[in-house]
Amino acid sequence: MDEMKDVILEYVTEEYLEEDDDEISFDTPLISGGIVDSFSMVSLKRFLENKYSISIPDDKATPEAFDSVNKIAVLVQEFVK
Amino acid sequence: MSFNDTVRGVYQEQLKSIKDAGIFKQERFIHSSQAADIEVEFPTGSSLKKVINMCANNYLGLSSHPEVVKAAHEGLDARGYGMSSVRFICGTQDIHRDLENQVTEFLGTEDTVLFPSCMDANAGVFEAILTKDDVMISDRLVHASIIDGIRLCAAEHDTFKHSNMKHLEKKLQLHADKRLKVVITDGVFSMDGDTAKLDEMVTLCEKHDAMVFVDDSHSSGFIGKTGRGTHEKCGVFGKIDIITTTFGKALGGASGGCVSGRRELVEMCRQKARPYLFSNTMAPVVVSGVIKVLEILSGSTERRDKLEENTAYWRKGLTEAGFVLKEGDTPIVPVMLFNAKLSQDISKDLYDEGIYAIGFFFPVVPQGQARIRTQISASHEKHHLDKALEAFIKVGKKYDILGKTKQEIIEKFGA
Ligand SMILES: Cc1ncc(COP(=O)(O)O)c(C=O)c1O
Repeated sequence: MDEMKDVILEYVTEEYLEEDDDEISFDTPLISGGIVDSFSMVSLKRFLENKYSISIPDDKATPEAFDSVNKIAVLVQEFVK
Repeated sequence: MSFNDTVRGVYQEQLKSIKDAGIFKQERFIHSSQAADIEVEFPTGSSLKKVINMCANNYLGLSSHPEVVKAAHEGLDARGYGMSSVRFICGTQDIHRDLENQVTEFLGTEDTVLFPSCMDANAGVFEAILTKDDVMISDRLVHASIIDGIRLCAAEHDTFKHSNMKHLEKKLQLHADKRLKVVITDGVFSMDGDTAKLDEMVTLCEKHDAMVFVDDSHSSGFIGKTGRGTHEKCGVFGKIDIITTTFGKALGGASGGCVSGRRELVEMCRQKARPYLFSNTMAPVVVSGVIKVLEILSGSTERRDKLEENTAYWRKGLTEAGFVLKEGDTPIVPVMLFNAKLSQDISKDLYDEGIYAIGFFFPVVPQGQARIRTQISASHEKHHLDKALEAFIKVGKKYDILGKTKQEIIEKFGA
């Protein structure tokens, strides 16, 4: 789980943060905090699906479920066998 | 079910939460034609106030230009008021095709198709030219109408960091296996006033076999030496595969839009784009006005040159006064205030001083990046800009933000 969180945090940092942005933590609100817009969320979802060989149905991939690294990790856990 | 109290209550609740969030939009009624000097009724019911308009997209000052108005009158007389039909049934006049040909010439493309608006062009174009085997890779700050168009299209979608060409290249590599790739950007970004790096983008797209899409709504008519748009400015004239633009801003400001670009792509729009197929196109009177606009702009660069001078004068004035601006050289000049409430307060104070400029904040712009977006026009005379500058300085002093850095403003007011 901790390793998964590190992987997700690293991806989010690379994919969404600009160089002069503050660092984020596992709890930082991503969508409601305006770091990841819901429209750009698709690449995160695709990354998780490829990385963990899972498929997250659209009704589960909500902005709420994607709102922090912690929440994303919980969601992913649901689908990895 | 009728519109009973329960149903009404649902909407009243939603409207209340919009109001509570402080993002309820209210119109201001303008009792004059669009120009640098306008007469405004605001709040509704109050007496008219003469103000200087600093937030119109009337970049070239053509919205109420006598020659354009005259041409529109003549068009009205010669071709009537309405068509009562969509294009492909019996809604196409000779002047529609004339305008399309003139836009093609002006933008240096292969062909053009008109749409009721650029919103419609953006909403319809992707679905018309792409399938699920393709990918759309868009800049993260593209206009809302492009986002809608992307949502309506079955092709896969990805985004890249704003104007970040390294990130774009990574995405092009990631999607190398797709049948067709389209990279999507605004030419000039409407909230920040910065210009897309079209030269680098075209090189990347040539390397990775991707098409380039540019929405030049905030550029057509005045960006580039002869005002053709960002492709002219960036030295890639003739190399953009799809350009969408509006006639609702610099090009007369009435309404209408188009898709202009590769012949086959434009033809696909005629065959398949739903806003073209299922909605009436631009009215003859508007078409006649736009034809005159393009004639004026093809004959002389005087207006865009004046706009460029005005813009430089305005940016210099604000910078010397000590405001924090978004850097750039376009007539969209955002005065950064960072705090949402501060942007609203300053907008209101400016209005009291006779200056009409609107504050923008999240979610229209990113969190903590509230601003007043000023937009310069060729119809501004030096005295307009001087008066506006005077008002900005007076209000800036009131809040003690002149000469303050971003950090200092945020410390004082919060982000
Ligand atoms: C970048 C951009 N594209 C498209 C549009 C829509 O233009 P129109 O008014 O023609 O629908 C706008 C207008 O707000 C815009 O700023």
